[in-house]
Amino acid sequence: MTGELRRIDMTVNGRARAIDVLPHHTLLEVLRDDLGLTGTKECCLVGECGACTVLVDDVSVDSCLMLGVEADGASITTVEGLAFGERLHPLQQAFLDTGAAQCGFCIPGQLVSAAALLAETPHPTRAEIEEGLAGNLCRCGGYEQIIEAVAAAAAAGDHPGRAASTGHAGVPAVGDRASTPDAELAPQ
Amino acid sequence: MTVVGSSPARVGGVERVTGGQAYVADIRLEDTLHIKLVTLDVARARIGAIDTRAACDVPGVRLVMTTADLPQPMPRFGPQRRDRPVLAVDETKYHGDPVAAVAADSRDAAEEAARLVRVEFEELPAVHTLAAALAQDAPLVQDPALRPKDPQAETNVLHEHRHSWGDSDAAEREAEVVVEGTYTFPMVTQFAIEPHAFMAAPDGDGIAVWSAIQHPNWLQRVIADLLQLPLAKVRVHAPDPGGAFGGKQHAKYEPLLAFMALATGRPVKLVLSLEETFQAVRRGAAGVHVRTGFRRDGTLVFRDLEADYLIGAYADIADRTVAKGSYTSMGPYRCPAVRIVARSVLSHTVPSTAFRGFGNPQQIWAVESNMDEAARTLDIDPLELRLRNLARKGEAFIPGDTPADGDWAQAVERAAELIGWRTPPPAGRGRGLAVGLKSGPTTGLSYSTVRLLVDGSVIVSAGTSDMGQGARTIFAQIAADELGAPIEWVTVVMGDTAVVPYDQQTSASRSSVFMGNSILSACRDIQAKLRAMAARLESVDEEDILVTRGEVRIDERVLPIRDVLSRGLGRLGGELIGVGEMRKDAEPDHPLGGTAAFYEFNCTAVEVEVDRETGDISIPWYVTVSDVGKALNPLQVRGQDEGAAVMGLGHTLMEHYIYDDAGRIRNLGAIDYRIPTSMDLPLRMDSDIIENADGPGPYGSKGMSEGALLPVAPAVASAVRDATGLSIRNLPLTPERVWRALRDASG
Repeated sequence: MTGELRRIDMTVNGRARAIDVLPHHTLLEVLRDDLGLTGTKECCLVGECGACTVLVDDVSVDSCLMLGVEADGASITTVEGLAFGERLHPLQQAFLDTGAAQCGFCIPGQLVSAAALLAETPHPTRAEIEEGLAGNLCRCGGYEQIIEAVAAAAAAGDHPGRAASTGHAGVPAVGDRASTPDAELAPQ
Repeated sequence: MTVVGSSPARVGGVERVTGGQAYVADIRLEDTLHIKLVTLDVARARIGAIDTRAACDVPGVRLVMTTADLPQPMPRFGPQRRDRPVLAVDETKYHGDPVAAVAADSRDAAEEAARLVRVEFEELPAVHTLAAALAQDAPLVQDPALRPKDPQAETNVLHEHRHSWGDSDAAEREAEVVVEGTYTFPMVTQFAIEPHAFMAAPDGDGIAVWSAIQHPNWLQRVIADLLQLPLAKVRVHAPDPGGAFGGKQHAKYEPLLAFMALATGRPVKLVLSLEETFQAVRRGAAGVHVRTGFRRDGTLVFRDLEADYLIGAYADIADRTVAKGSYTSMGPYRCPAVRIVARSVLSHTVPSTAFRGFGNPQQIWAVESNMDEAARTLDIDPLELRLRNLARKGEAFIPGDTPADGDWAQAVERAAELIGWRTPPPAGRGRGLAVGLKSGPTTGLSYSTVRLLVDGSVIVSAGTSDMGQGARTIFAQIAADELGAPIEWVTVVMGDTAVVPYDQQTSASRSSVFMGNSILSACRDIQAKLRAMAARLESVDEEDILVTRGEVRIDERVLPIRDVLSRGLGRLGGELIGVGEMRKDAEPDHPLGGTAAFYEFNCTAVEVEVDRETGDISIPWYVTVSDVGKALNPLQVRGQDEGAAVMGLGHTLMEHYIYDDAGRIRNLGAIDYRIPTSMDLPLRMDSDIIENADGPGPYGSKGMSEGALLPVAPAVASAVRDATGLSIRNLPLTPERVWRALRDASG
């Protein structure tokens, strides 16, 4: 069942990566095991919990449902790619400010889904936030504070001078991280 | 200005939002072998020959461990009874009970080989309901040999707990109205988003174990005991769990991994699938019969409660949840005569264990629903009925235990006020209310060290597990205030038994109180040393010096701690080391082995709408009010309170295991077992607190992480009753169940 290694080329958090992957390995396995990007989490493996959410060409995807080889040529953004070096993404800062990260295990997926939502809908209503995060389970039950965080980050997007160098209404466009050394951010 | 009482950024927060937090599954050791469990798709079966040849032939497989590779007799472990074998012996006891395990160079190889292990087995009759387990001819779940001198060893009743006070027979004659009913509570699972993960590795002449565990020191003892090693040769690394909720309190597969690491001489790693976590931990189901007598004016006269908790095949800590959960079945009310009988009933199901609320949500579902039904029978407002009987602060409402330690009526009144109880609900809505009470920790022992470094920065070492409750932040806040350091200058070290001092456990919402007090005492130890230092430096008597939070006061002068410290330590530098301890000893004569360190109290009020076409319940408004003593960190208090409420909505509205006739779980995993999502929230949720600084923790705090879960189900059911007139006594209140009840009622 191991199969032949296949070479794929991906851009991960702004950095070009050429790696040999097993054809049956999911994108989640490739990110976590082959690239050491363990911020993306493994839980249900059936696309229901959202812990493994990443952006593939700016679309949020459950990386447990996609094969690594299917990501050949794609641009991937993981939670490690949200911050600008030391500077947190406004969503990350908002999650800290509202106390949204409790145990933290679902948070990478929540953040990536929220980033995808704000890229599409810069000023979401509460209902739109609830729907945008409906695929991300939080068993700490911290949804209220997570929703507040997303709303706060969206509101801060109007604030001049904050994350001014970026795309959508001040909320940084994700996937544009050429300078982010993700290998340095990735934990051991 | 103090940092306690404010909400600084969570310690460990940046790691949590950047993906940098290393959970067990994220930790890589060189040369690691990956483990896959071998299980049978049956509940109970006699295990025959196990053929491992095909599995061993898979490239990369290093070991297929069966019971033959383990010491004989099979080592067993468990926090209450040593009944759980490292691998199933002779027969599997539940769906998912592992019979063997594979270690291989890759996860792929381990999974492939696990499928190739051939196990001969003969399926045996299994019991997975209370009725079946209690039947006269029920097969015994546990070998009576494991229960020597136990008169009930020939039954599936593991333990019967009785607790009573007053003259119930006399009280019964005084009762003018008696209300009774039977309520059931389903099997539900903790469903931490982090599936349980474990590693073990040989470590010099000992062993190192990694586990997302709530009680690292308890695990250390289990491993030392099984491997016959000194405690000092067992190093438990306990990275912050990604959610635990009680399901990660006690050892599960760590013993197996320890034996496999020693057998292979290599690090081994097991990350459970979500499905496997369903087969590792759950909450006890329960059937509760409650009978309560009142005077016509609503005054409580007596209560009889009989509760059967369906626990699993091995005891784990389940029997303790039964004892402790049932003990407070009178709730926060004064009642002259109470009889409580609760039984732990073994079954061929996943071993039930601790789960937020610890045995209480089951009986609170019954007794608070019973109070609500009584209010209707008595034609008394449910709020007024509760206020009439609520114990007042200082009242010994459970004879022999800690008197009421809060002004609980304040929480009830606040919840009622917030939801506008005394005005009618909007058309089409029902309104309900319930309270929850839980006895806090009954014993405890928490050591800590605090080191004040020469530059005024601080290192706190504590054996607590930060599983999301935010313990690190609380501890940093306390040390920062007491030692005058900015919170950013405080480092909290946890999760390594070789480094941090002993802590009994992280459970029962204890850590802010127990470890918090321990850290406070360590800080006071340092303050005493600073006082001696200042006396020496300033040539004044120690009595004339006051060291308060962050300052050294000598007469009229106020010196920053850091100045005294650097001068006092002198040219060699160094540090001041404080040792902290918080101890609550056992009381052998108490039915629980100790009185409550504090009570958690919550009042929840809700409004619901019931769709009569579909049976769907929606919650436009949800109010939760907890008595917390003092909110050390209001943002974290709110997170815990709301989180507990949302979790409670799970077992109230949607969660339950579904078994087939053979005792196999039919809804393993996230597709078929639903937990609340962002789409299931109340439209509006208000979380409020009562603060009277009347708790035993630092600055008057109490534990509070479970309270808001306790009354969710009876509060929602009360509102459904108000909206529809129906009393539904079985959880969860799924659309189908509600729809059927509506249909049956309309005849």
